[in-house]
Amino acid sequence: MTNSWVDIKNADLILVMGGNPAEAHPCGFKWVLEAKAKKKARLIVVDPRFTRTAAVADIYAPLRPGTDIAFLGGVINYLLTNDKIQHDYVKNYTSAALLVREDTGFEDGLFNGYDEAKRSYDKSTWTYQMDKDGIAKVDPTLQDPNCVFQRMKKHYLRYTPEMVERTTGTPKASFLKVCEAIATTAVPDRTMTSLYALGWTQHSVGSQNIRSIAILQLLLGNMGMAGGGVNALRGHSNIQGLTDLGLLSHSLPGYLTLPTDGDPDLKTYLEKRTPKMTRPGQFNYWGNYPKFFVSLMKAWYGAAATKENDWAYDWLPKIDGAYDVLRVMELMSQGKVNGYVCQGFNPLSSFPDKAKILGGLRKLKFLVTIDPLVTETSEFWQNHGEFNDVDPAQIQTEVFRFPSSLFAEENGSLVSSARWLQWHWKAAEPPAEAKGDLEIVADLYLALKKLYAKDGGAHPEPVLKLAWPYRIATAPAPEEVAREFNGSALADVPDPKNPGAFLVKQGEQVPGFGVLQADGTTACGCWIFAGSWTQAGNQMARRDPADPSGLGVTPGWAWSWPANRRVLYNRASCNADGVPYIPTRKLIWWGGTKWLGNDVPDFKADSAPADGMNPFIMNGEGVARLWAPAMADGPFPEHYEPFDTPLAKNPFGKVLNNPAARVFKDDWKAFGKPDEFPFVATTYRLTEHFHFWTKHARIPAILQPEAFVELPEGLAKKKNIRNGEMVVVKSKRGQIKLKALVTKRMPTLTVEGKEVEVVGLPIHWGFVGQTRKGFITNTLTPPVGDANIQTPEYKAFLVNVEKA
Amino acid sequence: MQVSRRGFLKITASGIGATTVGALGFSAERAVADVRLFKLAHASETRNTCPYCSVGCGVIIYALGDRSKNARSEIMHVEGDPDHPVNRGTLCPKGASLLDFIHSPTRLKFPEYRAPGSAEWKRVSWEWAIDRVARLMKEDRDKNFVAQNAKGQTVNRWNTTAFLAASASSNETGYVFHKVIRALGGVAVDNQARV
Repeated sequence: MTNSWVDIKNADLILVMGGNPAEAHPCGFKWVLEAKAKKKARLIVVDPRFTRTAAVADIYAPLRPGTDIAFLGGVINYLLTNDKIQHDYVKNYTSAALLVREDTGFEDGLFNGYDEAKRSYDKSTWTYQMDKDGIAKVDPTLQDPNCVFQRMKKHYLRYTPEMVERTTGTPKASFLKVCEAIATTAVPDRTMTSLYALGWTQHSVGSQNIRSIAILQLLLGNMGMAGGGVNALRGHSNIQGLTDLGLLSHSLPGYLTLPTDGDPDLKTYLEKRTPKMTRPGQFNYWGNYPKFFVSLMKAWYGAAATKENDWAYDWLPKIDGAYDVLRVMELMSQGKVNGYVCQGFNPLSSFPDKAKILGGLRKLKFLVTIDPLVTETSEFWQNHGEFNDVDPAQIQTEVFRFPSSLFAEENGSLVSSARWLQWHWKAAEPPAEAKGDLEIVADLYLALKKLYAKDGGAHPEPVLKLAWPYRIATAPAPEEVAREFNGSALADVPDPKNPGAFLVKQGEQVPGFGVLQADGTTACGCWIFAGSWTQAGNQMARRDPADPSGLGVTPGWAWSWPANRRVLYNRASCNADGVPYIPTRKLIWWGGTKWLGNDVPDFKADSAPADGMNPFIMNGEGVARLWAPAMADGPFPEHYEPFDTPLAKNPFGKVLNNPAARVFKDDWKAFGKPDEFPFVATTYRLTEHFHFWTKHARIPAILQPEAFVELPEGLAKKKNIRNGEMVVVKSKRGQIKLKALVTKRMPTLTVEGKEVEVVGLPIHWGFVGQTRKGFITNTLTPPVGDANIQTPEYKAFLVNVEKA
Repeated sequence: MQVSRRGFLKITASGIGATTVGALGFSAERAVADVRLFKLAHASETRNTCPYCSVGCGVIIYALGDRSKNARSEIMHVEGDPDHPVNRGTLCPKGASLLDFIHSPTRLKFPEYRAPGSAEWKRVSWEWAIDRVARLMKEDRDKNFVAQNAKGQTVNRWNTTAFLAASASSNETGYVFHKVIRALGGVAVDNQARV
């Protein structure tokens, strides 16, 4: 979230699309109700199902799964053609005025530079026009046909209300009602907040769904504002934290990135990742990349990381391509993965196309699961009748199951969706021989270290020299680890502005990332977490709920990254002169000599408005990117059909599916066609269950004891299926048997002149736990991911439904 | 007048009826309520965070046991933390049943091992299991570690054992897991953020 849960109360309008917080995030959704009750805020819900969130909406619009870009593109076109944008904001704070190269363009559904054989783009022309000093050219009048604003206007002209209706199935009148409501927030003193979740990310165009809302919110001037923002309602309790800590194949902590084969030495690595300023006078905060990186290596390798060995650069693995979970499963099914260590993860239930996952797991030499609960994955080799029909004798994988503790049995911190790091305390010991995750990881590492010390082996140095400064080596204390990722000074760090004084003294915890150095005098395990455990102690454990501004900032409750800042980009809540756009919702303001605020200013503290520095300080241009050349599938979002689509042709262009989405050779045959699988399906979650855990807990298991499929009345009637009857749901990947729940919640949609029925599939059952046994829903879902980050397309695919 | 649970049981056990209890200056109903209060009042309170979604609701865990050296805490109740600025004491159906997650009958208690081709789990010791996994990992790493790519550049990666990290584990666990994986040269690592 750019903003926070409580900040939702400041909104004038709330757009829920791609999420269902009333059921999936109920206690956060209360702040939507607060805004409605206290501020007369209006709620818009756009969703294939009439959810419980929709039930309290002022405007509900249905849409076909997988057509969000068409819908949002339609809204963007409405705003641009009806001149409903926040002009001052768009001109000053976005890339609208920047000129892009003349030879870059878009035709027939493709941006330029497409290579069909590689299914990827050569993006070298997707850049700004630069002057000889490397500064991007601008046209402040926004009239140049190559300025981002004109390019965008042209791109979205095709997204007319008629095209939206034809593609999404949303009735034109409902769509226009949504547009009109959203357009009311284009004035400077009204805001819309956007709340989304997996309903936007789990598509082959997932990242571009998010790009679409980013563009929309920028045009409306809603970024950085109290009651605005783009707010991802994240899933697991620490999914934000694990992302922040870089536990993704290509990442390092704090959104640094793992070196690749193209970065043979430290110099090349740092040069590529340290951006240059592309507009004059900007902060360009990523210019500090070397400080963050060297401090990380000092935290990981201590004294063994030296200037001479390039801070142990060679000890980091260089990645040679994608190792996201879909690719790892592909490699596994080819027999190229031997071991799999799953900590608190249940891939057999969670990943798409269960048959492919099962086929991969059985080729492993060994599987280790670390979990408080029995998981389907840990028992993939066991015969559970029709739910998991395997012959154990045919599966040669060695399987280890390590019992771990859970939240109530440990100290530690989690990062909420609002970027708050909240500390929690241990209430009891884990049962029997179960152990803390930290201890299990330590045991495994120390056993490996011992073997490498004794017997040697491949490249033992990093294993032997990894910093392990924990008082009890086998049980690192969470407090010690938290201090490590905050960071500390390894030598006195002089204050450049104040000779004789020091920013931080040797041995002290760093107060924030502003003091980190690239010369080895500071160590910091995750630069964005710097400030969470300072000399003043554990800031994550703070419990002052006071909210002096009344804006829901609560600066003394826990600690928010970065720098305890609660609303990202908050400099953009003020105009160019540093005066808040909304006087009654002041987050920060220019105080004459420095920035002051109810929140921590997201800006250079002493940069006066007259200096011309812009609010989006992480970008070399200083402004927000309406044009995003880093995207794999185009600088602007474009509508493409899901890989399982009910249409023969994309209404918007010649290219049917996302041309940059990766599809493995053998998976092309895994996609279904509408003649065989005529219904659109989407997976979802129930308010009584959390993924595959709560089926192990008695009360949720009683509340929702059995797998079901939600069928619209029209479909049930056509197929002569009555409520409560057993049905078989089939996709190209497999079939499952479960009960039918016939509802009025999914209206029949008319798309390209034909009727489209949508089927809903909750995901929560499996063959272990306290509920009745059920089939794994992901038996049905397709093995294709988003073009940028490979999140699987769980939300839009094709099925058929028959009586069992 | 205050009466302890044991005292109240003594009063009732000694055959004095409710009327007589009433004559002592408190009603039986009130006394029963006090008994309920007594159980919670002697519980240890621990502040924690709901482990399910990332609203990050504050919870209070009540456990029997006073945290003294030889006492083993037994969690008996979990409820919303009224001081928490987001959930203000409320919980959803999932959070409200956290006690059943903690005490789930399908919680794992011992390390277990399934041998190739076997149809059964076998309980094993931590020492044996950690040693066996470490040896399997080392064997795979030593055999398949890529020190240099085809161009002769140093790449130091290990891509034949993959890792998944839990998005419900703490930052501290995630951080240490990450540094260990990269020290081994691991490149195939993800968490639930991708799915």
